[in-house]
Amino acid sequence: MNADIHGLSGAYAVDALDDVERAEFERHLGQCPECQDEVASLRAAAVELTHASTVTPPATLRDSVLQQISTVRPLPPVTPPAGEDPAGTAPVTSLETHRRRRNPLVWLVAAAAAAVLAVGGLVWSPWESDEPPPSATEQVLQAKDAQRYEKVVDGARATIVRSVSLGKAVIIADNMPAAPEGKDFQVWFQNPDGEMVSAGLMPHEAKPTVSMVLDGDASQFTGAGITVEPAGGSPAPTSDPVVLFEFS
Amino acid sequence: MVIMSAFSPGQPASGENAAPNQPDLAALLRASARGDERAFAELYDATSRRLYGLVVRVVRDPAQSEEVAQEAYLEIWRSCARFDADRGSAMSWMMTIAHRKAVDRVRSAEAASRREQTYESTTRERAYDVTAEQVERDLDSQRVRRALESLTETQRGAVQLAYFGGYTHTEVAALLGIPLGTAKTRIRDGLIRLRDTLGMQP
Repeated sequence: MNADIHGLSGAYAVDALDDVERAEFERHLGQCPECQDEVASLRAAAVELTHASTVTPPATLRDSVLQQISTVRPLPPVTPPAGEDPAGTAPVTSLETHRRRRNPLVWLVAAAAAAVLAVGGLVWSPWESDEPPPSATEQVLQAKDAQRYEKVVDGARATIVRSVSLGKAVIIADNMPAAPEGKDFQVWFQNPDGEMVSAGLMPHEAKPTVSMVLDGDASQFTGAGITVEPAGGSPAPTSDPVVLFEFS
Repeated sequence: MVIMSAFSPGQPASGENAAPNQPDLAALLRASARGDERAFAELYDATSRRLYGLVVRVVRDPAQSEEVAQEAYLEIWRSCARFDADRGSAMSWMMTIAHRKAVDRVRSAEAASRREQTYESTTRERAYDVTAEQVERDLDSQRVRRALESLTETQRGAVQLAYFGGYTHTEVAALLGIPLGTAKTRIRDGLIRLRDTLGMQP
């Protein structure tokens, strides 16, 4: 697994990973100084490519940037943890940060990665002036015990990421088609008896990417599936699953 | 031809801030972190053509590019203090933020429908600005172009589709008709070769 995730450094450096892979790789990056060095050097190489595409921006850009910065307070530097939790020092990667705080040794490695992680983390909240806490989805993606299950059906890709410790699972669908007229895609968890329990309805329209936190304590289930149901969903599946996941 | 100094921690990674007439971007970032808006204006002036050029190349639509570049500069301002010179150059750090924002924008559903293929027509004739730094920049461009030529065709295609196209490695694989999983290797190999040809060290 590690050799495999190592190979994502190049794609990560040029932002060519999807959200799930990105979260996975960032989790790895916090613990892998070699990947940190490699990512930094590959990013620098990619940036060199931009020498040939400089464009003068409209003057309005300068005006609005300089006007807006006066209303935004720069974040403080990332400092090593003192005894308590200083508010505002943890960007969106706060789960990582909390983990580091528990172990001073991990902090040393992590501090080296801080620049990388800060860049990785802060762009989660591009339009916010305050740091929001990580969303439920981000928490699951960043969980240390996050497990990933992926299925591809007719060009659409469904990925379930489950954290047993958080008792949560997230489904991420790429290139999901719209459900047929009068129908909805419904997600189900399967309990150990083989019974299907509703975990929520997918949005009706076709979207390039959908991510949704599933209803129910994900740690209790042994699998999941998606079926096509009459609009609004059903109490129990009325059709064969389009896709089935088995949690290992 | 500009000879690159070896890329090592704490050293500028590109000719951008090594040139004598170029301000020290890292110092400007540090001043900005303390709230110095004038330093940030200077930083903007020294970097906006490259940053906006990258954003336009990825996003294409000029109106959206301006929004994205603005978001990027605000993010840079907010997180100036998080810049760590040991992890790479100031330019690289800023461009990474801008690139990520540009990619997020083109991948968002809304942009997918609004994105238009207007990049070539709107920017081709002003891709190079006539300024005092033109000669230096042309040299940099030539150096980069030669480095790109050292890549295999697939590596070059994969790197460009990923970096300037904003596509995921999975999409790059589909666009190039190569097996899933191969694109990420091509991107990585291509970047490594580029890095080594440009004389930057890991």
